[in-house]
Amino acid sequence: MPTIYIDDNPYEVTEGDNVLKACLSAGIDLPYFCWHPEMGSVGACRQCALVQFRDADDQHGRIVMGGMTPVSEGARFSMDGMKASEFRKNVVESLMLNHPHDCPVCAEGGECHLQDITVMVGHRSRRYRGKKTTHNNQYLGPLINHEMNRCITCYRCTRFYNDYAGGTDLSAQGAHDHVYFGRQQDGILESEFAGNLVEVCPTGVFTDKPLVNDYTRKWDLQSAPSICNGCALGCNIFPGERYGKLKRIHNRFNNEVNGYFLCDRGRYGANYVNDEKRAKFSGLRSDDGRYNAIESKHAIDTLASWCNNSVGLAAIGSPRASVETNYLLRRIVGGKNFNNGNGDHQASLIDQIAALMQSSSTITPSMRQIESADTVLILGEDVTNTAPRMALALRQSVRNLAKKMAADMRISEWQDEAVRVLAQDRLSPLYIISMTDTRLDDVAKETLRTSPSDIARFGFAIALELDPSLDSVDGFSASEKQLIKAIADDLKSAIKPLIVCGTGCQDLAVIQAAAAINRALNNSQSMLSYCLNEANSLGVSLMQDGSEASLSELCDRASHGQIETLLIAENDLFRRAPKPQIKALISNVKNLVVMDCVDTATLAQSSLALPSSSFAEAQGTLISSEARAQRFYPVYKPAEQRQSSSHWLTQLGQKMSLSGFDSLTTFDDITAACAADFPVLADIVEASTNHDFRYRGMKIPRQTHRNSGRTANNAGLSVHEPQQPIDDDTPFAYSMEGSNGKQPATLIPFVWAPGWNSNQSVHKFQADAGGALTGGTAGKRLFEATADGSETSHYQIPPAFEAEPDHWRLLPLYKIFGSDELSALSPAVNELTPMPFVIMSIEDAQSLAVVDGDGVILSSADTEISFEVSVNLSIPIGCLGYSVGVPGAPWLAPASSVRIVKDQTWINRKIAHKVSEIVTEAGVSNV
Amino acid sequence: MISKLPLTQNINAARDPVSLDDYQANHGYAAARKAVHQMTPAECLKVVQDSGLRGRGGAGFPTGMKWSFVPMENVSEGHKYLICNADEMEPGTFKDRLLMECDPHQLIEGMILSAWTIQADVAYIFIRHEYHLASKLLQEAIDACYAKGYLGKDIFGSGFNLELYVHSSAGRYICGEETALISSLEGKRANPRAKPPFPQVSGLWGRPTIVNNVETLCNITHILRNGADWYKTLGRGEDHGTKLFGVSGRVNNPGCWELPMGTPIRELIEHHAGGMQAGYKLRGFLPGGASTDFLVEEHLDLAMDYDVIGKAGSRLGTGTMIILDDKTCPVGMTKNLVAFFAQESCGFCTPCRDGLPWSAQVLDDLETGNGIPADLNTLQNQVRFIGAIGNTHCALAPGAMEPLASAMKYFADDFQAHIDGKACPYSTAISSASESAGVN
Amino acid sequence: MNQPIEKNSSSSKARSISPILTAAELAEIDHEISHAPTRSAVAIDALKIVQKHHRWVSDERLKGLADYLDMSTAELDGIATFYSLIYRKPVGEKVISLCDSVTCWIKGYAQLEQHISRQLGVGLGQTTADNRYTFLPTPCLGACDRAPVMMVGEDTHLDLTEDKINQILAIKGGQEQ
Ligand SMILES: Cc1cc2nc3c(=O)[nH]c(=O)nc-3n(C[C@H](O)[C@H](O)[C@H](O)COP(=O)(O)O)c2cc1C
Ligand code: SF4
Ligand code: FES
Repeated sequence: MPTIYIDDNPYEVTEGDNVLKACLSAGIDLPYFCWHPEMGSVGACRQCALVQFRDADDQHGRIVMGGMTPVSEGARFSMDGMKASEFRKNVVESLMLNHPHDCPVCAEGGECHLQDITVMVGHRSRRYRGKKTTHNNQYLGPLINHEMNRCITCYRCTRFYNDYAGGTDLSAQGAHDHVYFGRQQDGILESEFAGNLVEVCPTGVFTDKPLVNDYTRKWDLQSAPSICNGCALGCNIFPGERYGKLKRIHNRFNNEVNGYFLCDRGRYGANYVNDEKRAKFSGLRSDDGRYNAIESKHAIDTLASWCNNSVGLAAIGSPRASVETNYLLRRIVGGKNFNNGNGDHQASLIDQIAALMQSSSTITPSMRQIESADTVLILGEDVTNTAPRMALALRQSVRNLAKKMAADMRISEWQDEAVRVLAQDRLSPLYIISMTDTRLDDVAKETLRTSPSDIARFGFAIALELDPSLDSVDGFSASEKQLIKAIADDLKSAIKPLIVCGTGCQDLAVIQAAAAINRALNNSQSMLSYCLNEANSLGVSLMQDGSEASLSELCDRASHGQIETLLIAENDLFRRAPKPQIKALISNVKNLVVMDCVDTATLAQSSLALPSSSFAEAQGTLISSEARAQRFYPVYKPAEQRQSSSHWLTQLGQKMSLSGFDSLTTFDDITAACAADFPVLADIVEASTNHDFRYRGMKIPRQTHRNSGRTANNAGLSVHEPQQPIDDDTPFAYSMEGSNGKQPATLIPFVWAPGWNSNQSVHKFQADAGGALTGGTAGKRLFEATADGSETSHYQIPPAFEAEPDHWRLLPLYKIFGSDELSALSPAVNELTPMPFVIMSIEDAQSLAVVDGDGVILSSADTEISFEVSVNLSIPIGCLGYSVGVPGAPWLAPASSVRIVKDQTWINRKIAHKVSEIVTEAGVSNV
Repeated sequence: MISKLPLTQNINAARDPVSLDDYQANHGYAAARKAVHQMTPAECLKVVQDSGLRGRGGAGFPTGMKWSFVPMENVSEGHKYLICNADEMEPGTFKDRLLMECDPHQLIEGMILSAWTIQADVAYIFIRHEYHLASKLLQEAIDACYAKGYLGKDIFGSGFNLELYVHSSAGRYICGEETALISSLEGKRANPRAKPPFPQVSGLWGRPTIVNNVETLCNITHILRNGADWYKTLGRGEDHGTKLFGVSGRVNNPGCWELPMGTPIRELIEHHAGGMQAGYKLRGFLPGGASTDFLVEEHLDLAMDYDVIGKAGSRLGTGTMIILDDKTCPVGMTKNLVAFFAQESCGFCTPCRDGLPWSAQVLDDLETGNGIPADLNTLQNQVRFIGAIGNTHCALAPGAMEPLASAMKYFADDFQAHIDGKACPYSTAISSASESAGVN
Repeated sequence: MNQPIEKNSSSSKARSISPILTAAELAEIDHEISHAPTRSAVAIDALKIVQKHHRWVSDERLKGLADYLDMSTAELDGIATFYSLIYRKPVGEKVISLCDSVTCWIKGYAQLEQHISRQLGVGLGQTTADNRYTFLPTPCLGACDRAPVMMVGEDTHLDLTEDKINQILAIKGGQEQ
């Protein structure tokens, strides 16, 4: 650890860091703009200037950029040296020449890094008397607002969007003081990570459009630590609320999980909670089929009597509900009457994954670990669409070769451009074997597109290449054999190889193949990562002892009149099984009770509907696909009779006077009870601290010190000053009183520090700038790789796929915008959601005489529905990819074989192309 | 008898281009042939180091030392590059054009010798777009060399390979900055790169790269042809060899001449440039292009040597001087210079991108009679802010501050007069919109 | 049944050769590509080639070129707009580039600028109604010993005076008809 001197005070700093990072870590407020802890330094803004002295005798010294200067033993610097402070002031003054000074109407105001730094350097009065340069703004889609005149040309946007996230449609244009950051023409930003520009831009050029359109200043937002519900990765988020409405989602730093970045599904997918249609009262269906609003107490009484007097009682949980909700539901009805709601096919995949994770000797990596992989094989997943944030991590992993080359040349990793220049387009190997083209293809060494069963076969062949003792797979072409060997060789020579698979192609063999490769690798550092779809997919799978009923079992029992009352928590069964099956189930039960935070097709069929609060108004534990248990907390009090499903269920259990329910007085009690009942979940209690946690006797505020007019929030409705809600179930207070800063990482409700109003203040919560939070890493991993070799290794190698005449094999295509139930209900995401579509090969399109934009009628065992056609270069002939779960698309049996005909009534929305052009277009645009 | 003015020895008054035959008739390519057959790269480097040659592109960095940083042992797989910087866009500079339009083979031979010394197998001539004639002649000369086997595979039958390409630029003064030039050669926006790492280790495509000025490379031809000792006899003062010096402005005979290093300024202006035009007196001059500090009468007897001019508070720069006469407004001239640099900023770093237009704006206010006393402090402040190497990402902006700082020092009264009189006291001042007009 | 194995997908991506690029242009561009490490490396040369054939680079050609070079239009436009000699707006048959740098300034280019404007009836940055000339300023042309200087098309004109300019513009005009 070298020692550097800043204004003659010694500081122990980290070897290899730059002086800017060292200063921030040491608690010295050295202003900066273009530097970013994840993206390194380029020296564009010149803001992080200090004076460096040759030695103790050097009186004058020279200006250097902290961000561009490596720390070295004994180096001497000064922050205050007139030179430096005047220089930093001049930089801000220059940046302000053309800035519009429109803070009052700027969405960044109050959390603007430019404002903070301007105040920090003490720039006050303006000397420039010339005209300002101005720019036109662009339409960038429903997510992001563009106001170029505020730009300070730090190049952070293009460095994130292009260099870090692999986007191509944003660029720096023009030169000298006319540099412009935008697209070539107006249009929707293509990257699924564009939303991060909102946080990466140090001022108000790129702002959160939904927030802008329903605006609240950061200091007026009430927030609490939460977990994204968009997929199973469990990214940490700060939802912000005002007036009972969720206003925006900001990134909550977690060094092991999402780091500094979110995907756009996560950032923009939570506004469904503001939907006016969400029920506020319990509804009891009368004989005429209409719902009557009833008191909660009445609802619970009715429900309790149904449950106590039912011939048969059963319940279906949900992978989008918390561990606690599922636990209570299961406990009320008993294991054998409970189904976890994953849907039978999904369940078979997830249960297999859960089993492998617990028995396997390979690491299930965190996203930070994924970034460290030096060779990657993606088996069957279109990661950007099934586990979006992981795709960004994989994009970083391919740069490990560049970082190694740089290290060999003694170029520091933070020397961002130098590292890129040195490596040019050399990347660590990443192979993709998938059903169709994916958004990571541009960084793939090689890609292969084929059917799920063949993806599995390739997997087993690679395993065989690594371990000749395994069962043989054959029937590969010479070039395919080459690829198999190449992949095996790269995986073998890698230090930290990573295999990515998951439920993306709904195929068990693919998962078993991935595991087989990892076993064959027999490398203690090798990693196997699984992409799962829902926030608690893994959690509900782990919460089983084998006694549980499958969904079809329950349907079966119902059809024999063995289920009189069926409880469903936060689950739309029509997304889990064929429509007829669910219809039958529902008509076969007498009392269908559904509690949910959104209005679903299932809820619409219920005899009793209970309004659950959303994730933003509730508390719960979720278990991510990395087996990390994480707690989310209510951001604000639910309106009217809404309460969390776990509250409804506790009350029900107590009303039914079930044993042990009386002792469930706090939420922590429920978590503890669940941990006690399920050994594998024992550690979920460590996912957070007890509700009675206090810092210096104080609760943690959900509101900033500056929260204004809180007590007058609804003065427009009533002059009576409402009392702030009391919260005795969490360490947080619905108030600005209290302390935020020294608590455990899981309990940080927002980042703010004196002088640092923007999200950049996160470094004040980190032990080392850019490193783990002072309060540790949020969440608790439930288990690590076991070397006991107990791993289940039995599998069957599926036969190769053969296209059958006028039948098509269904391939599931997940879309980041649309396939996830809840986020698709959010207006901004909904705007980007495609209408139900299918993709097919050119050959198939020609045989059906359809072109891009035409419609086809798909008929399977139990449905007939129309989809829009998109011709695709990469999908295998005889396969039909369809948009899974997007609004309007029915549940279709995985891997089923369907018939399609051209829909003559369909109107083609896309301009008619010549076939030749379709070919190339379909090739570049991934539907 | 070896010429004492080697660089222009083949060039006649009519400036006819020298053909390959004529060039060879006068020892052309003998040095290159000899080097690749009989000299090791190390030996060649030694000669160049001994010659004391300093870069003619403006910075005056010792060429031999620069080359010595190129890795020679166990270099990783891949090319090494030599780049000839023929961007010549520094206002007031018109020397490289002469060398390329008149004696292209001298440059090509210099490049072969330099490439051999650093063992580069690919070389580029990065030439500004406007030099159409030079590009054409160079390309013809290169084709001729390929035909003869002086370029390409196995040159002179030595087994050494060298590909040489001419790249014509698309404008922008910043492309002359060596790392920006490299970005531009890679087909990117010409933003300079941070150093370290230096191009010698990670330059074009991340490979070892040397960038040298046209005139520097022409010197190499003669240094390796006639040796370091001979070269040292050419200079008149501290520095060795000859240099193309130029004078422009209101002198009787503006032009460009090869003269020994260390030639006194007075001799240049009064003898070679024929003195000031009738009715004009000398006020001052920029000794080596737009980005060098003004010098004045008291400096006329200084020798044109790097360190002599440096001690006087300016830089030898490109050695082509611009004369300020007594009927031209120093403030106006400074404004023109600063406006140029503002317009040519690449837009990467703040002090340059935003600071230079601001400085130009203030100077324009002064010129148009809208100046206020505080403006002088503002300008002084800008000089401190932008003027030092290290404050900015590259040397463009500091270069822009050199004429400003020195003008405020030597012509303080003029600046004051503009403010007091609320107008420019010189008739020639016509403010022009041109600095901001453009088609992209 | 499987799709052919694809080497690094960006290069395997079906490249739409937009009909907007002529065979002649493509041939010249391919020649540049032949000695470049990547297709996008020739971006600047390719832009100049297209401009040589059409005087300026339209949005359509920009897109066609970007596709051909495996790069995005945004990236290519970022490059095109950086360089002052790539024209993204239409220009006349000939561009008049009048040097506005220091020595030409001393030698009174400003008067010549106004003279040319009067003659052509357009100011700097504009194109004459007959679309013959676009009048632009240019930094130092490297002929300061013969200032004032301007270029018309590829020809450099030295020691400018108002009379000389009249001749040049007249003669040029004559040649073009
Ligand atoms: C803004 C700027 C513009 C430059 N323009 C040129 C140029 O046009 N020609 C040139 O040879 N050097 C130019 N240089 C200097 C080059 O960066 C580099 O130092 C030089 O080409 C090295 O060659 P030399 O060592 O032979 O002088 C410029 C430097 C800067 C900072
Ligand atoms: S000083 Fe900065 S902005 Fe100016 S040219 Fe150099 S890098 Fe670009
Ligand atoms: S942060 Fe240091 S130069 Fe930008």
